Amino acid sequence: MSGNPEPLSPRAKLAVTAGKAAAAVSRAAGKGSGSVIGGRVALKLDPDLLARLAGHLDVVLVSATNGKTTTTRLIAEALRASGPVVSNALGANMPAGITSALAGGSDSRYGVIEVDEKYLAGVARDVTPKAIALLNLSRDQLDRAAETRMLAEHWREGLSGTEAVVIANADDPLVAWAASSCPTVVWVAAGQEWKDDAWSCPSCGGVLQRPGDDWYCGDCGFRRPPPTWALHGDYVLSPDGVAWPIQLQLPGRANKANAAMSAAVGAVFGVPPKIALERMYSVQAVAGRYDVVTYLDRQLRLLLAKNPAGWLETFSLIDGPPAPVLLSVNARGADGTDTSWLWDVDYTRLAGHPIFVLGDRRLDLAVRLEVAGLEFRVCDDLDQAVRAAPPGRVEVIANYTAFQDLRRRIGN
Amino acid sequence: MNETSLRLVWIYPDLLSTYGDQGNALVVERRARQRRIPVTRIDVRSDQPIPTSGDIYLIGGGEDRPQRLAAERLRRDGGLNRAVANGAIVFSVCAGYQILGTEFINDLGRPEPGLGILDVKSVRNDGDRHVGDVLADMDERLGLPPLTGFENHQGNTLIGPSARPLARVRIGNGNGTGDGTEGAYCDTVFGTYMHGPVMARNPLLADMLLKLALDVHALPRVDEQWYEALRAERIAHATQAAAARS
Ligand SMILES: [Zn+2]
Repeated sequence: MSGNPEPLSPRAKLAVTAGKAAAAVSRAAGKGSGSVIGGRVALKLDPDLLARLAGHLDVVLVSATNGKTTTTRLIAEALRASGPVVSNALGANMPAGITSALAGGSDSRYGVIEVDEKYLAGVARDVTPKAIALLNLSRDQLDRAAETRMLAEHWREGLSGTEAVVIANADDPLVAWAASSCPTVVWVAAGQEWKDDAWSCPSCGGVLQRPGDDWYCGDCGFRRPPPTWALHGDYVLSPDGVAWPIQLQLPGRANKANAAMSAAVGAVFGVPPKIALERMYSVQAVAGRYDVVTYLDRQLRLLLAKNPAGWLETFSLIDGPPAPVLLSVNARGADGTDTSWLWDVDYTRLAGHPIFVLGDRRLDLAVRLEVAGLEFRVCDDLDQAVRAAPPGRVEVIANYTAFQDLRRRIGN
Repeated sequence: MNETSLRLVWIYPDLLSTYGDQGNALVVERRARQRRIPVTRIDVRSDQPIPTSGDIYLIGGGEDRPQRLAAERLRRDGGLNRAVANGAIVFSVCAGYQILGTEFINDLGRPEPGLGILDVKSVRNDGDRHVGDVLADMDERLGLPPLTGFENHQGNTLIGPSARPLARVRIGNGNGTGDGTEGAYCDTVFGTYMHGPVMARNPLLADMLLKLALDVHALPRVDEQWYEALRAERIAHATQAAAARS
């Protein structure tokens, strides 16, 4: 499926070079990896650069509210079985970051690209992907992001004529609605723990009925598409009915779902499920997530949870009581500045755990936990919280910028 | 209060529970239980009838399309109007607040009739969306400390002659009509644009509803430590941010 690399035009070459220079300057100035700033400079010099950089690649796009960085990584590992892969592995998922990542992929066969939900339709237009993986949609950063169903609508319109094979989660009604306008869809029963953004039929607004794993609208007949792949406990069932064991170092049901989706994507490119899944085992941590780091004589497991659906999946993977749990929440720009979503998370699930609370918005968390009837301790900083926790493993759950703060503090 | 247990009705979690406002139900329930007041929480999905025997009804914010669907279903059901006619207490937020009024602009850009149980009418604000922390002084008749919350809406709400403003903004937009008002109330029906959720930031509002429901003037004290710490922090934050802007 891979074409011959097409030579870049002089203008595109200049844009790539200028972008790399800008990235180097940004890195030297201590402003992070530089990948976004480099891409921004390059895109300004050549707006068609993204399309040109992707020209010789078989591109896979991955989008979702949760799990897109991890799934991008799993798909990249699977596809490396059949050729070199370029990927925006660090989660810079808007056009500038994607451009910058692809600029390093002149010798690659595959481009596996995580895309921010809002940019998916546009990027899909630019890079002519061979496959698009759609995992889930749920509420996230409601003070600035688009409404959840509007995102589904945006995907539906933007992808309706795509030539890509769309690999979509049949268990998420919003994803099913978005993908059902695409000509070629591989439906995967990947599950959905969080259901509170999909009680209304995305098509007609009727109330969805959800008997067992099924769902359907009694008003218009829109229903769960029959899946050809399915996550079943610790196995993924492929279309030929074979159950493949999923063995991951990454914890939790959500990552098994990500692996099932990734195996289905691998199959589109001829990678057998056995090989794809074996390769996924090598993934240990993704951009610091799931990493276990020794700090002040405790083993901190770093878990990122950015929204109610993410917190719900995270609660289901942590060690049971009396494992101590450290919660950190900020509400800076990248997190969304409203903390009301904390009240959509069922914190009673943490009953029995010693709980330590920190972050810019620890008082919002404190009131939330008080109303949930839980015991907790509010801490000024990470060191105080870790010292207060008993020795051994500590489950650390943080939202976006709180997670970055933690990594910086512990030097991870 | 009804027989032996206070009936707390949470309206349409499938449509109007997108911005954390179910926290209001959690706070009311918690503060009732802390006073040993038995509570039954009743969640009513939009394909179920609204019970008319509730004591306190709570409605939250939602996105534009679910707001229209909720208004259609509540009008058709009629149960909330009957409950209010019987003296029930209603506390509504954002999209729910607009629905209680006489009219709002729906997701299709057209005027949508509300339930008409609060004398307010909402139009769409053509400027920027109102997003951010709010600080306001409560209507003096309510005898409550300042209102703190987070607003996130595109509506401007005008208050008619039979309702009063819930509060007057010091910082933020509130009703967005330029007259400095925030929210509205009349007898036992209340509306606000404040998320946060508003009861977590202003627990005495939850107590006010409980007192109305129980027909008492005072309630036993509960531990306010974390609520008060959060209030102080959010009020200081809003004040500093406003000073930095001006
Ligand atoms: Zn329908």
